[in-house]
Amino acid sequence: MSIHDYECVIGLEVHIELKTKHKLFCECDTTFGAVPNSQVCPVCLAMPGALPALNREVVEFAIRAGIATHCTIEPWSRFDRKNYFYPDLPKAYQVTQNFFPICTDGYIEIAVGEDVKRIRLERIHIEEDAGKLIHQDEGTLIDCNRCGVPLIEVVSKPDMRSAEEAVAYLRKLRAMARYTGISDGKMNEGSLRCDVNISIRKKGEDALGTRVELKNLNSFNFIAKAIESEFKRQVAVLEEGGSLVQETRRYDEKTNQTYAMREKQEAADYRYFPDPDLVPVEVTEAEVDLIRSTIPRLADERKAEYIKAYGLSDYEAERLTDDKELSDFFEKAVQATEHPKTLVNLILADVAPLYTEDTVDDLLNPVSLGQLTNLVAREDINSNTARKVLKALMEDDFDPESYVKEHELAQINDREALEGAVKLAVASNEKAVKDFQNGKESAMRSLIGRVMKETQGRANPILAETMLREAISVD
Amino acid sequence: MDYRSMELKEIAQALRDKAFSSHELTEAVFETIDAQEETIGAYITLTRERALRLADDADKRLQASEDLPPLCGIPGALKDNIAVSGERTTNASRMLEHFVPPYDAYIWRLLEQQGMVLTGKTNMDEFAMGHSTETSAFHPTRNPYDTTRVPGGSSGGAAAAVASGEACFSIGTDTGGSIRQPAALCGLVGMRPTYGLVSRRGITAFSSSLDQAGPMTRSVRDNALLLDVIAQKDPKDVHSVTFRGMSYTESISENFGRPVIGWPESYFDSGDLNPEVRRLLEQALSFYESAGAKIVPVDLKTLDASLAAYYIISSAEGFASMNRYDGVHYGRRAEDIETIEEMYIKSRTQALGPEVKQRILLGCFALSEEHYQDYYMKAAQARSLVTEEFERVFGSCDAILTPVTATAAWPLGSLPEEAGGGKYSNDRFTLPASLAGMPALSVPIGLNKEGLPVAMQLMGARFSEGLLYRLAARFEDEHGLLPTPEEVAR
Repeated sequence: MSIHDYECVIGLEVHIELKTKHKLFCECDTTFGAVPNSQVCPVCLAMPGALPALNREVVEFAIRAGIATHCTIEPWSRFDRKNYFYPDLPKAYQVTQNFFPICTDGYIEIAVGEDVKRIRLERIHIEEDAGKLIHQDEGTLIDCNRCGVPLIEVVSKPDMRSAEEAVAYLRKLRAMARYTGISDGKMNEGSLRCDVNISIRKKGEDALGTRVELKNLNSFNFIAKAIESEFKRQVAVLEEGGSLVQETRRYDEKTNQTYAMREKQEAADYRYFPDPDLVPVEVTEAEVDLIRSTIPRLADERKAEYIKAYGLSDYEAERLTDDKELSDFFEKAVQATEHPKTLVNLILADVAPLYTEDTVDDLLNPVSLGQLTNLVAREDINSNTARKVLKALMEDDFDPESYVKEHELAQINDREALEGAVKLAVASNEKAVKDFQNGKESAMRSLIGRVMKETQGRANPILAETMLREAISVD
Repeated sequence: MDYRSMELKEIAQALRDKAFSSHELTEAVFETIDAQEETIGAYITLTRERALRLADDADKRLQASEDLPPLCGIPGALKDNIAVSGERTTNASRMLEHFVPPYDAYIWRLLEQQGMVLTGKTNMDEFAMGHSTETSAFHPTRNPYDTTRVPGGSSGGAAAAVASGEACFSIGTDTGGSIRQPAALCGLVGMRPTYGLVSRRGITAFSSSLDQAGPMTRSVRDNALLLDVIAQKDPKDVHSVTFRGMSYTESISENFGRPVIGWPESYFDSGDLNPEVRRLLEQALSFYESAGAKIVPVDLKTLDASLAAYYIISSAEGFASMNRYDGVHYGRRAEDIETIEEMYIKSRTQALGPEVKQRILLGCFALSEEHYQDYYMKAAQARSLVTEEFERVFGSCDAILTPVTATAAWPLGSLPEEAGGGKYSNDRFTLPASLAGMPALSVPIGLNKEGLPVAMQLMGARFSEGLLYRLAARFEDEHGLLPTPEEVAR
């Protein structure tokens, strides 16, 4: 049997750090990157007698996430204590919602090729973050600024079947977090963290295989690679007649392999029980409705709008809305042009690829890009030039029309002006001319290239081709 | 100055009449401390300098105005699990021997605003786990009525301080009886208020769903006066509630009427109830009957279940409360350690006492995945049954009168009489009220033949503190205050 006879079954547990002003149970700030241990108090340091006071804004954020992912918002949920010792956890228990989460049974839709696939969510619950350990040669330091920062954990069903699906799901989830404003979802700052549960089974089988958990994955790229690597490993183990063990593995970016993390003697028993310092969280329907009314347009809504208003394809609209920042950028740029299709071509070709996982600010002024689009649409400049100007706009903002004039970048749409360049191209490329005349269509490309070179890239490429064809056609 | 025979309101009047100043009173209390503390051992930390400073502040306020809170200038003590910023708060544990909190307990803030003079932080069982104050990591406390005997616990230092005149009043905490039982053994009035009536913020958690602070005083009126001060809603304790009734002091002078007092046979016929204690309790019942109350037998079946439920729930919560004491962030850290595991194990092994370890293990067991359903969940269900039973009973009676303890104070180093329940049998009468979150008041009803105090417990529905004080005051008015140890010795 080969790897193609196996199916990869993936479920994700994603932690999203909520950007509420204050921590979950105290009034400390949550700003990222502050001086270590400057955002702490007796509550988040677990000093004797300190009591938690629930920050209701966190509940609102969790409900926003639940609404945006089609969850049932539970009218009654509860906090539990998850007991374990670790130096970054001053209370020696994490407050979480083990037994009664605030959101249940939702879903997220992802694009898989031409199709839409629904990934079911089991639950979203609220919990508190732990601090950070900083390992140094002299010893380990503890930064408690993150202790008690609110998180939601989004737990999917094992509905994904490939690394691409897993990444598509994560992109969608991150977009949800940004669209709803609950988090900036930055993997590099740890505000979006993902554990992958992965198992394999023979295609056509229903039973789930032995599950392996992958931890410490800090970019979409590595998540995809880790899944692929782990899938291959699991297949190899079974193909060699071995069996898989339920374990936690770590992905090493350098070797592109997963490694078993030090195994504990026995499975951890967290001794969950309801936190007696807190009361259950009660949410009314009116409250949910109010929150629903404040949620801005989400990805799916924007997508439908783009298709309708601008005549975009499903694919184009999906790419634009996949990322909230990109979608916001598009919405600002489209205000400055009458040519949305041209704008989208420019964005998807030259801007979208530059939006990385953690881009938050605009890469260039969207209004300037709209104006640049107009120049392209009016054939004032060709696409080569447009790309050059766009690059320049990322360095420094300016008015594209004046820039084009100033730098003499305008497209040459005038036959007479091109005459000389066409003649020169024909005269100095005998071989290409012959090849073309012998039916080799591709030879035309090098001739056009020569015209472009002669005109510093300003020639209207379509006009250039027409003129070249006229000049060298045999019939 | 005979402050020891004075009630708080009399002391307050004397301060206003300039019979003596707060400074003089504070000096007098510290003279008593100097004379007796070596024997009694009521305190872990004495705050003499702070006390004199607070007394001088109070004297200035008293000079300037007569319209001041009654507590202004009166020296009192706090149990050492109540945080006072800048003072050690050890919880009678080696673990926190040098821990100085940078924050105040909410109730200390309320008391400080009144002008209370803090004499010190009193001895207790380690982390409030125990009922004789012998599990204190530092020293035992002796019962002022007989210094060969225990003062009870866990608020034993707080009780002994008041009984010996080393403080005019004290604030203790009660998880399963830790105010009521030492109050009973030291001849004081001790109130465990309705759960939520007094803020827990800044009071070291033992078992969060059970812990409540309350006053320990010589008289019922003193007690009501203090509860009036500390029963304030704290916006940062989620369980804290506002009770909008009349003040407890006022409610004492309300018409006595014909209250119905329940008499639970199961509490009286539980085998180990000392005959002399039983006799005094029956006399108290007769007194109430003669005073116009209606005495009715009530059927309470949950006494034994309460014992098991209490120890499972309090130990489970205590387990989680204690795990933060791991030597990492504050508190005692063992030396000569190689790994983090070793640091945890050695620090905790060295700095926590056997009683605390036993409760941690019990809680750890009851919460384990394997035993959660059979222990923790069952205990939680039993707790609901206890609460329901009391709600039913309080539908037909106003208060219930029971023993606080089966015996008077027992000798240091020994266990209270065993009666099936073993080591814990002497606190079982106080556990049901804790589980149900109801108020319960320990009131002295006399001395036994050996001159040791005996008490009754008055329990009521949630927020019935006013009624309980009224009942207790009626008894106290008729019988007078219990003689102080000094008076008994004379």
